Amino acid sequence: MIHTSKMMAGLPAVAVLTLCAGAAFASGGEAAAAMPQDGSPWWYWPIILLVATFIMGVIAVLGGVGGGVLFVPIISGFFPFHLDFVRGAGLLVALAGALAAGPGLLRSGLASLRLAIPVALIASSCAIVGAMVGLALPTNVVQICLGVTILGICILMLTAKKSTLPDVPESDKLSSILKIYGVYREESTGETINWKVHRTPIGLALFVVIGVMAGMFGLGAGWANVPVLNLLMGAPLKISVATSKFLLSITDTSAAWIYMNQGCVIPMMVVPSLVGIMLGSFVGVRILKVVKPTFIRWMVIGILAFAGLKALSKGLGF
Amino acid sequence: MSQDKKFGPSPEQILYANILNKGMLIGLGVLLVTFSLYVFGIMDPYIPFDKLTISWSQPVSDYLHELNIPTGWAWLGMLGYGDFINFIGIAFLAGVSIICYLAIIPTLLKSGDKIYAVIAILEVIVLTAAATGIFGSGGH
Repeated sequence: MIHTSKMMAGLPAVAVLTLCAGAAFASGGEAAAAMPQDGSPWWYWPIILLVATFIMGVIAVLGGVGGGVLFVPIISGFFPFHLDFVRGAGLLVALAGALAAGPGLLRSGLASLRLAIPVALIASSCAIVGAMVGLALPTNVVQICLGVTILGICILMLTAKKSTLPDVPESDKLSSILKIYGVYREESTGETINWKVHRTPIGLALFVVIGVMAGMFGLGAGWANVPVLNLLMGAPLKISVATSKFLLSITDTSAAWIYMNQGCVIPMMVVPSLVGIMLGSFVGVRILKVVKPTFIRWMVIGILAFAGLKALSKGLGF
Repeated sequence: MSQDKKFGPSPEQILYANILNKGMLIGLGVLLVTFSLYVFGIMDPYIPFDKLTISWSQPVSDYLHELNIPTGWAWLGMLGYGDFINFIGIAFLAGVSIICYLAIIPTLLKSGDKIYAVIAILEVIVLTAAATGIFGSGGH
């Protein structure tokens, strides 16, 4: 049964690959003439990109990370695309993933609009600043900062604990005024969970930094959103993860517009990446039941560390 | 908003989710159709494929300059090209959150949630400002 569902899930990916290959061969002689500097035909890198992002989509789901955080360091490190275009595509990849997941998360009540709205205003405003700064800085400086950030994310993934239901003795004044609280049913136990948050001013202040980094590197920001919402502000883990995912649909929107208006969006990069990540996530969700998440998580940390070192070495000119 | 200790999402959250869902489906659908027109050669691209594959490894400023590509909303005037027509779907996906926010503002005001209505209005202003290109267009 699982085998059949996996095969069914893989079919759209095969169909898209076939379509791309078909498009490539349809262009026939033209393609042969259109050879880029590395000698490969024009369709070569988009197809490799589609395959790579499909695998990334699978790994992202299994490793519990967003697609954007894998996309930017890996594609900028190992593909011929300039970092400017990779960041633009990375933001749109993260945005599309958040848009696809957002409606379901909001309807189920796991993502809280009440929690997201104030946070989103700060993060999206600061993402604009981050995008502008990121596009103004020399590429090697951004590459070095990206490498350092990715290595920092690895450390965060290795050390940060998660709290399913953090203890929040009392709401702070700001969250009380904003009425940031809610209730949901924990399906695994059937328990009704009343939740509230605390340390809201510090949490909101940290979203200034998160917004700037999301805009500067085009990473998405789930890796930072969840620890702040869960460990600092005390939102339950499920609420934090769901709200973080939805939040990206707003934070990344503002930065994506900056990259788009600056000409950093190339459809030939964006669409295969977007389709690849989404199909990969679709398959990833289905095989999540049969793999060991701990192993995958270690693999993701390993891949990120390698990509982070690669970004660092590129920035330093090694 | 009325999520106060009640199960399930508030009406504005459901409204937001429904618009987001429709917008996402429309945006992705349009993007897949326009990309097919582009990649299958049904519409000619503004940037020839061979030039694109050489230029995508350069900084955005060089890419724009060498290929004479306009920035900002100038793509609206170039929708006859296979590559630029893709920006319809991309812009739609990037704009759907603005529509969602605009939709929930009346509901928030109706329920007397003035603070959230103001925050939502501010968010619309921020996202619209980013979309207009007033923060600059044209690479480094």
